Amino acid sequence: MTGGTRMLVAMWPDWPVAAAGVASDVPAVVVASNRVVAVTAAARAEGVVTGIRRREAQGRCPRLEVVAADPGRDAREWEPVVAEVERLTTSVEVLGPGSLALVTRGPSRYFGGDVALARKVGEVVEGAVGGGRASGVGEGCRVGVADGRFAARLAARLAAPGGLVILPGESANWLAPHPIRSLGADFADLTDLLVRLGLTTLGDLAALPAPSVLERFGVEGVRAQHLALGLEEQGLEGRDPPPELTCTAIMDPPETRLEAAAFVAKSLADDMHARLAAAGLATTTVAIEVETEHGESLIRHWRHDGDLNAVALAERARWQLDGWLAGSGSGQGGPTGGMTLLRLTPLEVRPDAGRQLGFWGGTADSDVRAARAMARVQGLLGPEAVTTAVLQGGRGWAEQVRLIPWGDSRQEPDGRPAGAREVPGRGAPWPGRWPGPAPFVVYQPSRPADLCGSGGVPVEVSGRGLLSAAPVALAVDGGHSQDIVSWAGPWPLEERWWEAGGRRRARLQVVVSGGAAHVVCRERGGWWLEASYE
Amino acid sequence: MPATLARAAERSRPVSMAETRMLEVPAPLAPLLPGGGIRKGATVAVEPGLGGVSLALALAAPVTTGGGWAAVVGLSSLGLLAAAELGVDLRRLALVPGPGRQWPAVVAALVDGFDLLVLRPPVTVRPAEGRRLAARVRERGAVLLVVDAPGWPEPDLRMSVEAAEWEGLGAGHGFLMGRRVDVVASGRRVGGRDRRLSVWLPAPGSGRMEEVAAETPATTVPFLERVSG
Repeated sequence: MTGGTRMLVAMWPDWPVAAAGVASDVPAVVVASNRVVAVTAAARAEGVVTGIRRREAQGRCPRLEVVAADPGRDAREWEPVVAEVERLTTSVEVLGPGSLALVTRGPSRYFGGDVALARKVGEVVEGAVGGGRASGVGEGCRVGVADGRFAARLAARLAAPGGLVILPGESANWLAPHPIRSLGADFADLTDLLVRLGLTTLGDLAALPAPSVLERFGVEGVRAQHLALGLEEQGLEGRDPPPELTCTAIMDPPETRLEAAAFVAKSLADDMHARLAAAGLATTTVAIEVETEHGESLIRHWRHDGDLNAVALAERARWQLDGWLAGSGSGQGGPTGGMTLLRLTPLEVRPDAGRQLGFWGGTADSDVRAARAMARVQGLLGPEAVTTAVLQGGRGWAEQVRLIPWGDSRQEPDGRPAGAREVPGRGAPWPGRWPGPAPFVVYQPSRPADLCGSGGVPVEVSGRGLLSAAPVALAVDGGHSQDIVSWAGPWPLEERWWEAGGRRRARLQVVVSGGAAHVVCRERGGWWLEASYE
Repeated sequence: MPATLARAAERSRPVSMAETRMLEVPAPLAPLLPGGGIRKGATVAVEPGLGGVSLALALAAPVTTGGGWAAVVGLSSLGLLAAAELGVDLRRLALVPGPGRQWPAVVAALVDGFDLLVLRPPVTVRPAEGRRLAARVRERGAVLLVVDAPGWPEPDLRMSVEAAEWEGLGAGHGFLMGRRVDVVASGRRVGGRDRRLSVWLPAPGSGRMEEVAAETPATTVPFLERVSG
């Protein structure tokens, strides 16, 4: 067995905080769904680490600056850095916002060896990041060189600021003592099992006989073992994709808006994924290419650890287009004219081993038809016009529902599918939640209403939450009044009183003659029809 | 060659295929409808007012849980939490709240991929437009529920909710728990004569559509009861 291709990986630890433009001497964190995903050096000195909750981080460091995560921003800010590194060599792959990889064979000889190349790349990245903003941002670039992407990435992660170069052929030995969890989140289930079996280091896994690994752990196990041996990630399975998998879209008239181009990219991604699936293949590296009306051609390679599915692919294409378009505004080598062509090319494919269709296959067919119909409507009305809903924790009826444009990921940030039975926060107690069935119609905004007691006297709610009189008639939008048959309440509801957006309401349930039921609430000195059981 | 075969199959396919299949309806409603369901390809007018929206949502529930897809067009104030409580699988419910002037094109596109469409047209419908959409629905074998559509030409079936009675709410006490309604079906597909069925929509406790048991519970629960001894 020969070792993997010599690779260099450069990464910027905690790139999201650097992309947000926070200086490293300011304690700051980037949070995604209330979990810290990136921290500055100053925050780390205060004991803030990734993975903890936002509130806990604020507890450890009260003057912490909190920035919301934005993968689009991360990718957009990373794009000029990749463009700078691309001046050194052509074969730059983006592994994700904040990290890139390149094959060292050519540039190493040109710059005088791996060590010199690592230093050069480090300087270029530092320069590109520091050039655009105040110096002293983030942690500095880490560079690792080793056989294969996996070893190079691990080397980069563990490197001192100067960089870490593993000698050719030594990667397997260097990897051996590292914990098996270094394989990363993609192998989480497998590593869990291996640890329980007593295989705690990469060396333990590498030492097993390959046929037994295949027999016991399947394709995934072989992939993991290849990584542990410092071999090319694809092993023997990687092959050049047939040319008909390339997907191209001509844009006429030329497109300058990100939203429209990203929408085209999305349908291209779906198309390419369908063609790959039809051939029983999955892709791990994709070239995203754009041509403009001025004849420019921009191309960038994106690589992903696992398989790039249609959603992930569309997301990356969007980030890339965003990065290019942001660059064109500031004269940093983006497109100067409208985009006329968008092309996605799978660069590496392998047999798709991880898909098992349902035995009857029925769901797939109707899902595909529905997806096509929804895409057509999105083409008519725009991508935001078609949504599906996900339930989440909350108090109000509207707060418990989140609308997601069709095509966006329904996955929660932690990877669990949204809308599953066990939604985070759904089962948690929400004091003041509405008892009984939810209303079928929720008016947004609420409609003005009049509630009268006997003799036509307007009903009011006192500061203690008591009604001034029993309500007998309800009129909505100034319409004719209806007799109230039965009613209950008021239920006072005071929300977020500690901040500016706080609301103070008192709600009533009423049933009018004829059987229609409504929810009316008293707010800002007036009555409002909030919802109906239509 | 496969394309030729497909075309031949398309031509020789029995025309009654879509007609003979039924769209599943909630079990309590089955006795109301001839054949125990709604024929695929039918257009159903659901009367607005007392319970039109809840009836439409209840009809969408078995479609989405059975692997099909439902879409709601033009209902911007839909209570989605209530939809989930009625048993709708929200993953298979597409929402197009604001189709605007392009609503006929939106409906025509959705008919191709969806089993059930709930539509509230944003404007008054021209009869020719309605007939054209109904023909497309019939051809594709979907079911179109039109809620609150003045001007819509005669549908295959009309459904409405009448005589709603709420449980659980008194004069100043209690809270809304369940509603007993009469669902009425009329039109040319039910033999010219109105059919009427009493169901819970929603039922107390479960929040779903349920059939009314033979011995209905007393509407007023005694507050205190004298016991012997």
